[in-house]
Amino acid sequence: MRAPVSWVREFADLPADVDGRRLAEALVSAGLEVEAVEVMGADVDGPVVVGRVVSVEELTEFKKPIRWCQVEVGAAHGHADTPGIRGIICGARNFAAGDLVPIALPGTVLPGDFRIASRETYGHVSDGMICSARELGLGDEHDGIIVLPADAGVPGDDAKPLLGIGDEVLDIAVTPDRGYALSIRGIAREAATAFGVAFVDPGLELVDLPAPEPGSEPHPCASDDLSACDLFTLRTITGFDPHAPTPSWMSSRLVASGMRSVSLAVDITNYVMLETGQPLHAFDLAKLRGPVRPRPAADGEALETLDHVARALSADDLVISDDTGAIGLAGVMGGLTSEIDDESTSIALEAAHFDSTKVARTCRRHKLSSEASRRYERGVDRVLAPYASARAVALLLQLGGGRYLGMTAVEAAHEPITVALPVGLPSRTAGLAVDAATVVGHLRAVGCSVDDSSEPLVVSPPTWRPDLTDPADLVEEVLRLVGYDAIPSTLPTAPAGFGLTEPQKARGRVGRALAGSGFVEVLSYPFVGDVELDALGLSTDDPRRAMLLLANPLSDEQPGMRTTLLPGLVAAARRNIGRGTTDLALYEVGSVSHLAPGQAPRGTTTPPRPAVTHRPSDDELAALDALLPTQRAHVAVLLCGLRDRAGWWGAGVASGWSDSVEAVRSVVAAVNRDLVVRPGEAPMPWHPGRCAELVVDGVVIGHAGELHPRVVEATGLPARSSMAEVDLDSIVQLARTVVSGPRVGTFPVAKEDIALVVESSVLASDVESALRSGAGDLLESLRLFDVYEGPQVGEGRKSLAFALRLRAPDRTLSVDEITAVREGALAAALAAVGASLRG
Amino acid sequence: MSAPNSSFDPVEVAALSPDDIASAVDSALIAIAEATDLDCLKETRLAHAGDRSPLALANREIGALPPAAKAEAGKRVGEARQRIKQALEARAVELEHERDQRVLLEESVDVTLPYDRRPAGARHPLTTITERVADVFTSMGWEVAEGPEVEAEWFNFDALNLPPDHPARTMQDTFFVGSEHSGVVLRTHTSPVQARTMLERPLPIYVICPGRVFRTDELDSTHTPVFHQVEGLVVDEGITMAHLKGTLDHFATAMFGPEARTRLRPSYFPFTEPSAELDLWFPGAKGGPRWIEWGGCGMVNPRVLQACGIDSDRYSGFAFGMGIERTLMFRHDVTDMRDMVEGDVRFTAAFGTDV
Repeated sequence: MRAPVSWVREFADLPADVDGRRLAEALVSAGLEVEAVEVMGADVDGPVVVGRVVSVEELTEFKKPIRWCQVEVGAAHGHADTPGIRGIICGARNFAAGDLVPIALPGTVLPGDFRIASRETYGHVSDGMICSARELGLGDEHDGIIVLPADAGVPGDDAKPLLGIGDEVLDIAVTPDRGYALSIRGIAREAATAFGVAFVDPGLELVDLPAPEPGSEPHPCASDDLSACDLFTLRTITGFDPHAPTPSWMSSRLVASGMRSVSLAVDITNYVMLETGQPLHAFDLAKLRGPVRPRPAADGEALETLDHVARALSADDLVISDDTGAIGLAGVMGGLTSEIDDESTSIALEAAHFDSTKVARTCRRHKLSSEASRRYERGVDRVLAPYASARAVALLLQLGGGRYLGMTAVEAAHEPITVALPVGLPSRTAGLAVDAATVVGHLRAVGCSVDDSSEPLVVSPPTWRPDLTDPADLVEEVLRLVGYDAIPSTLPTAPAGFGLTEPQKARGRVGRALAGSGFVEVLSYPFVGDVELDALGLSTDDPRRAMLLLANPLSDEQPGMRTTLLPGLVAAARRNIGRGTTDLALYEVGSVSHLAPGQAPRGTTTPPRPAVTHRPSDDELAALDALLPTQRAHVAVLLCGLRDRAGWWGAGVASGWSDSVEAVRSVVAAVNRDLVVRPGEAPMPWHPGRCAELVVDGVVIGHAGELHPRVVEATGLPARSSMAEVDLDSIVQLARTVVSGPRVGTFPVAKEDIALVVESSVLASDVESALRSGAGDLLESLRLFDVYEGPQVGEGRKSLAFALRLRAPDRTLSVDEITAVREGALAAALAAVGASLRG
Repeated sequence: MSAPNSSFDPVEVAALSPDDIASAVDSALIAIAEATDLDCLKETRLAHAGDRSPLALANREIGALPPAAKAEAGKRVGEARQRIKQALEARAVELEHERDQRVLLEESVDVTLPYDRRPAGARHPLTTITERVADVFTSMGWEVAEGPEVEAEWFNFDALNLPPDHPARTMQDTFFVGSEHSGVVLRTHTSPVQARTMLERPLPIYVICPGRVFRTDELDSTHTPVFHQVEGLVVDEGITMAHLKGTLDHFATAMFGPEARTRLRPSYFPFTEPSAELDLWFPGAKGGPRWIEWGGCGMVNPRVLQACGIDSDRYSGFAFGMGIERTLMFRHDVTDMRDMVEGDVRFTAAFGTDV
């Protein structure tokens, strides 16, 4: 809502020294969000005066018609050779000799740093400029120049005040509860309260209209159902001059408020709407057939609205109709068939109160929003309609002439609304003493009537505040007028807590472990599409293809919610590589969604919707949760390029499949668990021979390894890039929170190295576990330190060298004991995997 | 090696003659002076002060002397050995010093050689600033509550006093899952976690709910369709707006230093009443301290308490929420939202593992 300060002043008796900035500050404290204070025509620098066109000479020898005008500009401003007169070239044609027009004199600078100067053009010296609204920075109008009202002034007068130049305008973002602030009336009320000055309500003072002549018949209206429209009024005038111009004071305010000047009748409906907050609609009476009535639309009924869009209506829409059918979308936009035009001499003026929900739904259904609907959605004063339309009729008669034929109306009875407010509730809510007189005073200032003879107070909110329904709403009204700054600052004492939960701590440790291993975290959007999953080589029946689909995705290429973190990491890696960072170790921790059994990618259309007046039942809550997909936290890594850089210390080390496994090992170690790595069936996108199945405590948590060459090609990642993805929720569930302290033996260690030869297909992990089981309790640790394949061990075989550390807790081991452990380990390895001691 | 002598014949113990002792000392001192490095000195020490050195051997002869001669001979040999020992120590100090001066210098390295074999990793600053926020509140005894990102519309809107067709729903451009009638959305705020918390946890409640939220904005330098919020929720007996203000002031100083404070402006949110916009006095702002819009807050609307089965006559509560991206932007002078989204390692690495 844009509110010219001069307009606000008409109804709020603000002190003269209150400028736009101070007014804005006061309104912000009262809860109106003033986003900007603008000055109309702020960029106009220099004189703009009233000129009277004396003569117009048409110049026809040019490509477009040009006018050479003599303009009377007042004694002080004329040219030296022609006292009081200037010759001006003008391309516009919407004026005639005798009209008053705004003249920018040479030396004046207009918006866009456009300096006016005397200059030779079209064969004459043009000695100033006749201005359009756009040229003065007053709006977008550039179809013609501004013609001032005949009584605007005399040549030479300063035209700026007439045009609203210099007027300050507040730009206010109105929250949904404050529909009344979508009007000068509402803003002026807040301004008057904030400054403690008098307020004249332009809403509830019925303008005196001339009594209709006896026997004159206003156009009829009717309604069978008042549930969605509890007040409908129609005032009728005839003999209106459709060519009467809009006075500049009105058009400049409309422009300042962000609206265009269209025609007098339309301008008046808009002007009164801005002033009072009551949307109005003018029908051409000559185009109406039969009584005007609000009614539900019929399914499939058609209506072409003023924006020239043919709309198919549904029974949920409320329309205004006559005998020909729908002639307007109630509270949103009028229809084309009854639009007033420059022949319309008889007008039926609608002012009504429509149900806000009804209007909101219609707007959503038709993806259509208007100045009227914005007001109805937020709530229009329930009784305002006849007052606002009387004001509009008075302006129509005054500015366009004609006769008033009277009003017809249908109205539902209203139950008065009262709210019981314990007088101490504002104090208890604020933590600040607010006495009863202050409570009552502030409630009355916002328009409530208050019965303070009893406790609790009985408060009747004003008709323009449909948002005030609960005691808490009234508390806010009181406290915002007391001022939130008055509320003290007191830290509440929470009961002693237990800090983060174990899973929360574990997730933090996982991130720190990866960062400590040189990985950099990325946070990708969770939106994916088939293109990314194709690149990862996922088959059509891969479970990761079963995505939840968005109804309104940002991009049609990414309509789904991710089932895997891999696409996001691939995209981030490609972006980094594109920007010149080619050695990468990335990780992401994030949520993935999978359809729960029985769920469809598009969900249901009949979700449960429990009442909100009380706690839903456990069954209702379970039904809500059943709507949701399975959502689990995953962690994934991607490596490409060098893991260790080359440098003066030696060669670099390329990252590979084992780094992705190692990353998961560090994740699992962060929750004090051991990772078991085994070959398994490699899902895409992994290389079938270089993919590890990862297991913790018997649970498969995911996979790691090198990417499949086809995936490398499709994604454009460097060859030998590797990735891992595991289910973090599973890992966190398996976390060992309390580690038992080991007994650290102090007797000497015995070190034994064992090199074994096995078939190439034998897994190192199998050899290791055989050695462990054979070595027994004296084995402190065992570590594979070398792998050899080559002629010394023969084709199809490999040598694995292990370092064993043996120790007893209570004695120094004897040579015989050490030999026994060694023999036991060898025997077990022979039995389990056919290992022989390397000769 | 001689056995202990019982004949007491001083002639037989020639090694103890004063001349011999003096000459042993002289030759030792010459050898010590001529030792050119510590290894050489070590040999000299063995030769002149070791077990087989002349004076050590002479020392053994003392036992063979008649008792009357023992004292004098002992004194003579002792003094001689002492002189050699002192000379050795003095020479050792000289040679060590020389070594320190020369040899260690010769094997010095250029310690400015870069060592960046494995670049450091980093956690995303949105992760670490969230952790910092959680730390502030858990230290006060609060807990951290979480909820799903794909959320039932009922929790995201209805339970929060945002009935269907409420104009405030259009303030939050919502991603619908499936269709607009599926009852499932990507949560537009972390407030549904508040509703879940009130339904699930025993009273009183002191929690923060950090998390990722979604709105249908296009990505540009100041908007992102996927962003993070942190909300706070307290429900207890006797909770007031003063408690809200005290909590926000404490939070502000914990994040932005002792000069920071907050200011409330009346506003509107369906789930709080009264509601307020939250401004932060940011002492570290570029270009000088100033007020910055930080978030929204208010007293939990009694209707929300009722929908969650809480007796709104007995209990009251407050809630607040702010954008984590926005907080990061002004706390760390980040000027472009896209930097937080794109995963460029140069951006994230700058923040290290904690902010």
